Amino acid sequence: MNLHELTIKKAHTLLKEKEISSRELTRAVLDRIDAVEEKVGAYISVAGETAMAQAKAADKAISKGNMLPLTGIPMAIKDLMCTKGLRTTCASRILENFVPPYDATVVKKLKTQGAVIVGKANMDEFAMGSSNEHSAIKLTHNPWDLTRIPGGSSGGSAAAVAADMCIGSLGSDTGGSIRQPASHCGVVGMKPTYGRVSRFGLVAFASSLDQIGPLTKDVTDCAMVMNVISGYDSADSTSVPEDVPNYTSFLEDDLRGMVIGIPKQYSSAKGLDPDVSEAVKNAVEKIQGLGAGCVEVSLPHTEHAVAAYYVIAPSEASSNLARYDGVKYGYRDKNKKSLMEMYKSTRSRGFGPEVQRRIILGTYSLSAGYYDAYYGKASQVRTLIIEDFKKAFESCDVILSPVAPTPAFKIGEMVDDPLTMYLSDIFTLSANLAGIPGISVPCGFSSKGLPIGLQIMAKHFDEGKLIKVAYNFEQSTDFHRKKPDL
Amino acid sequence: MKITKQEVLHVANLARLDVDKVLIDKFAGQIGTILEYVDTLESVDTLGVTPTSHAIFLTNAFREDIEKQSFDCDSALSNAPEKEDGNFIVPKVINS
Repeated sequence: MNLHELTIKKAHTLLKEKEISSRELTRAVLDRIDAVEEKVGAYISVAGETAMAQAKAADKAISKGNMLPLTGIPMAIKDLMCTKGLRTTCASRILENFVPPYDATVVKKLKTQGAVIVGKANMDEFAMGSSNEHSAIKLTHNPWDLTRIPGGSSGGSAAAVAADMCIGSLGSDTGGSIRQPASHCGVVGMKPTYGRVSRFGLVAFASSLDQIGPLTKDVTDCAMVMNVISGYDSADSTSVPEDVPNYTSFLEDDLRGMVIGIPKQYSSAKGLDPDVSEAVKNAVEKIQGLGAGCVEVSLPHTEHAVAAYYVIAPSEASSNLARYDGVKYGYRDKNKKSLMEMYKSTRSRGFGPEVQRRIILGTYSLSAGYYDAYYGKASQVRTLIIEDFKKAFESCDVILSPVAPTPAFKIGEMVDDPLTMYLSDIFTLSANLAGIPGISVPCGFSSKGLPIGLQIMAKHFDEGKLIKVAYNFEQSTDFHRKKPDL
Repeated sequence: MKITKQEVLHVANLARLDVDKVLIDKFAGQIGTILEYVDTLESVDTLGVTPTSHAIFLTNAFREDIEKQSFDCDSALSNAPEKEDGNFIVPKVINS
């Protein structure tokens, strides 16, 4: 038995039955990282020593009978969630040496469970990207084909799960940044409802869109992590005081009465790869075969989601990233004599090209004379996208679609063509604009052997339905059991 | 050209960025292409549509004003690029 290949559920059971210790499990994961990190490049920091200490503490807690679902489980954290005493870089030069004096709420929740934090996962700088190529620290490779991107921006978190370099991980999703890399790496990834999971201690990209969620080896693990990270937090004024159900209670084999919606606009989406189209079509048939009803729904404003998103997200980013001024933390160009020169030089040297491009785009969209035409207009289109979903969910419980229009593309293929890269977010962005939850679950492989994900979306706070449909589909297939050959 | 080099420089200055001379041309082209694409929004009829800035219905989040332990000075300054006597050091702001 290779311990690093375990799921959270199986590892939990073995730990509970004292078949294995968290020290053995954590050691196995760290050894696995040592063996494949050079090929995959999933981690910015590996915290071997503290991880072993946490594992030791977990073993002690287990021996005393104080065991919680994530006690002793080695987890990876995307490097934009603050970890007290452990460098948090956001994959940016500007935060390269930032050591947070506090834990993000989600990290605190994992630690309270007795989870083991093995390291901080690579990502696109400030979560801006769909390929991890915008990391200023390193490149992450797709474990299924090392010449390809893992997806982004939570590419390190997805690759680490796919390559068994952790047992589960956390990512964040602003326009598809959990679901798209999950799809490209053949793992399960969920973006919860906006406000379901606290954003306190998450480095902000676009505050009305960002949401933290799990990336895991299967749907059961997704439900287990959701149980831990969800819930109201007084430290995040946008977290919602809504009761959190026990998500594992949705892991039941019954889709009768469930109605799935298929957006009629999506099958004709431009650039949809035939392998992706086929895999999603088969998944829809499979889910119908499991007893779910099926209706066609209409999301007429979806085609405008990319344009609206690439005004709204950069606008919010330009405001959020104003805080990096070289004064209180982060990089500072110390050679500049005046304050203004220091600001400008610090920011220009500290931020990479994609971040600067988005700050300029956002500042432009918000500037006098352009606000109404860009930010104002995009915010109105956002309302129409939300209304589309509301109407669609009157006739169905969940909506099914592809996650990404193509399987993972080659490293370097789109790096100088931002618009084409942005357009690949077409199926995922609308969930962020509407604040609804979405999950990516493995639904097949392309002719080249690359994983393909199925996206399932639901109404606000209906994560339970996502888990139920995803679980039933997963249990009737074996895509999630396949491992990349590394 | 949807956005000129001068406009990019102006906006960069507003955002306190000193964009590399080599990057300006590239940025103007790329941002122009993105803005042209964004202009497709003009075809959407939004007359009378209320704009959305936040997808979840939440009003102001109030809490009791309770005194709580916060960071001590050392922790707050622990990442400061330059510090002295419990203060952040910045370049001179007022020129005499």
